[in-house]
Amino acid sequence: MRTVHDIHGGIHPPERKALSRPGELTDAPIPPQLVMPLRQHLGVPAQPTVEVGDTVLGDQQIAAAQGVMSVPVHAPTSGTVVAIESRPIAHASGLEDQCIVIETDGHHRCLDAVGTDDWRALDAITLVERIREAGIAGMGGAGFPTAVKLSPGPERPIETLLINGTECEPYITADDTLMQCHADELIEGAQILAHVVSADAILIGIEDNKPGAIAAVEAAIARADADIELATFPTKYPSGGEKQIIEILTGQQVPSGGIPADIGLVCVNPGTAVAAKRAIVDGKPLTHRIVTLTGEALTSPQNVSACLGTPITALMAHAGLNAIAPQRVIHGGPMMGFAVSNLQAPITKITNCLLAPTATELPVPEPAKPCIRCGHCAEACPASLLPQQLYWYARAKDQEQLAEHRLFDCIECGACAYVCPSQIPLVQYYRAAKGQIRDSEQEKRRSDNSRGRFEARQARLEAEAAAREAKRAARKAAAQSKADAEGADPIQAAIERAKARKADQDKEPEQTS
Amino acid sequence: MSLLKVTSPHASGQSRVSAVMRDVLVATVPGVLVLTGYFGPGTLINIILGGLVAIAAEYAVVAMRGRDPRVAVSDLSVLVTSTLLCIALPPYAPWWLIAIGVLTSVLLGKQVFGGLGYNPFNPAMVGYVVLLISFPVQMSAWAPPRGLAEVPGLGDTLRHVFAPTTIDAVTAATPLDLLRQNTGLLFDDLLRTSAELTSWGGIGWFEANLAFLVGGIWLLYRRVFTWHAPIAMLVALAVCALMGYDGGSSESGGSALFHLFSGATMFAAFFIITDPVSSAVSNRGRLIFGALIGALIYLIRTLGNYPDAVAFAVLILNFCAPFIDHYTQPKVYGTGKAGSKET
Repeated sequence: MRTVHDIHGGIHPPERKALSRPGELTDAPIPPQLVMPLRQHLGVPAQPTVEVGDTVLGDQQIAAAQGVMSVPVHAPTSGTVVAIESRPIAHASGLEDQCIVIETDGHHRCLDAVGTDDWRALDAITLVERIREAGIAGMGGAGFPTAVKLSPGPERPIETLLINGTECEPYITADDTLMQCHADELIEGAQILAHVVSADAILIGIEDNKPGAIAAVEAAIARADADIELATFPTKYPSGGEKQIIEILTGQQVPSGGIPADIGLVCVNPGTAVAAKRAIVDGKPLTHRIVTLTGEALTSPQNVSACLGTPITALMAHAGLNAIAPQRVIHGGPMMGFAVSNLQAPITKITNCLLAPTATELPVPEPAKPCIRCGHCAEACPASLLPQQLYWYARAKDQEQLAEHRLFDCIECGACAYVCPSQIPLVQYYRAAKGQIRDSEQEKRRSDNSRGRFEARQARLEAEAAAREAKRAARKAAAQSKADAEGADPIQAAIERAKARKADQDKEPEQTS
Repeated sequence: MSLLKVTSPHASGQSRVSAVMRDVLVATVPGVLVLTGYFGPGTLINIILGGLVAIAAEYAVVAMRGRDPRVAVSDLSVLVTSTLLCIALPPYAPWWLIAIGVLTSVLLGKQVFGGLGYNPFNPAMVGYVVLLISFPVQMSAWAPPRGLAEVPGLGDTLRHVFAPTTIDAVTAATPLDLLRQNTGLLFDDLLRTSAELTSWGGIGWFEANLAFLVGGIWLLYRRVFTWHAPIAMLVALAVCALMGYDGGSSESGGSALFHLFSGATMFAAFFIITDPVSSAVSNRGRLIFGALIGALIYLIRTLGNYPDAVAFAVLILNFCAPFIDHYTQPKVYGTGKAGSKET
């Protein structure tokens, strides 16, 4: 039995997970239009490989990866491309982004899939390439390109593949449902990923509030007769943070600014592992995901498997949103999710939950009061930061002290703001401060560059001037040495030449007269 | 359908500033009851009178600053400040002493810096020190406990407060005064021979300290503050007293038990130094903050000119808090040795 370590801080918000009935999964209807953002992952957007008017089949690639930090996009079903344009997307900024819009035809004709059961015979490079080509990006929320995560490089040997089945955010049951309904695929996916990174061990971590998922995964491990360790640990938010689950299960901390591979770990979401299995064994790209539709404003909260690109409004209608204006619809969970600014925005590879709470369920925050430095935030902080000090320095825009108090080690989990008796939106201050610091660093880089350019130009001009001067000096020296060689002062010589001419002129009138 | 834009986190806990302040007020009840029982209704009159002055002052100043005064008053912080100051004042203090103290606390201690959350010093202790230095006679006029003298009724009390010149106040030395004035007696003999003292400490004082300890433990249970500062202060005070006990000679600084349950010790440990605004922020910082206050209290009590020392010790450490913070930043996740778990 593995020793489970405790993390600093953490909170116990009401879980509300039973609301969406974890473990029951149905398919969401295919909407008449799918809106496929070119960037559903962290990194560079994909490049469209189809044009308006093209007919596409399910699983067909419609946009290709642009470089390493990018993944392709595939059509979830058959239909016609009707637009490639800027559309509202689900992003905290509320901005629009380039999307491929597909009018679905309802036939769901798909490309023939080519997979292999014999993946152990394939090398890591081939498997990573297939995972990239399947468009897989981390499905826990950040959308980091999985192929990049699976290539930590030879200087970072991987000992353990860690499947993070914590799902510590309240309300969300997408991973719970996935682990209950697709446990066998999860096990095979984990084995594939462990094979890719040459990990010696596979560890699956699940919080102890998910008995259904724990039983399902245990049974699947037994069926597969796999050498996989299942570890459970007490429920606490934010145990599911990558750094937090690593400390809980290994007692080790990921170095500040580093990645888990620095201490021999690769940590992935269960959804990502299942997607990898489907990519390799079934030859199917990532086109669907499980989304938790929940909140008391919905008449039938549930988990659905939905086509990527399904507009949020279609899923809200499917779950029976009681539209009592004004309504808040949260993309993600109540702790770290963001309020959607346009319901026409589609779901993407990172949409694990859509939460429509009533005003009594998650009340709009009261106006903030002054900070009384009670320190509850510091007790709750999983990174052992001093949120009350960061708050002062963020307000004072004191970047030096913010760095001193390690602002960038904040994971924005929101535990501090949750416990704050003054209801201060602390995370908002930290995000803004991080943005300002990034801006001023960029500004500094820019001015360093310009200064560098200016100094280079100055040096070049000075060098040219010096070269001209040297040339002139050389010419002068050459003339001098020539005169010296003739043994006469050139000025004296000129005067004598002039005198001689004068003498000639004086003589001439006599000759002509 | 209009959409609400709110930033994360969308869920929030139950803790509120006004609830924290209410808890602190509730926790003073046992101590106030014991003080009233032993010394008469003087402390209660202090608290009521001081509270009225404090609310009026806060309301007026916040209104002048162009903020909503009802919001400021409703967080109850001004009542906590005035109540803590008034508990520390001698019972039967004249009304003007109370008014000056409370106005100093609220205006100079708190509002000039920007109100709740911005005061570098503990406002109640600012008011207390200003009174102690300005009006030493009135500030050292503690009433004798029940049993040694007749405890005044409500009418006499009000006469004491509002027409102090018409009536002779009955005063008695506090246990810390007796210890300070002791020159020839062994410590145990001092306890035995003084009518105001028992083998535990002062009559009434011991019980009041016990009552504030009970209130403080309840606040710990309610998680209003952590144990670090109070326990560090009490331990430091006890350790200093053990070192200065000198076998109970006539030069003895007094026993650890005597110091822990005399004067304002427990009141300070759980109600004064736990003011989060003016104390150190990290747990380690609060340990140092509390321990230094405990040591200073002992030094000022035994070596200084004032019988009790809490207000001076707290204000001096309020000065030091930012300095302590600078050196006690907790180890942040991932900043230890690579891959090691920091304890």
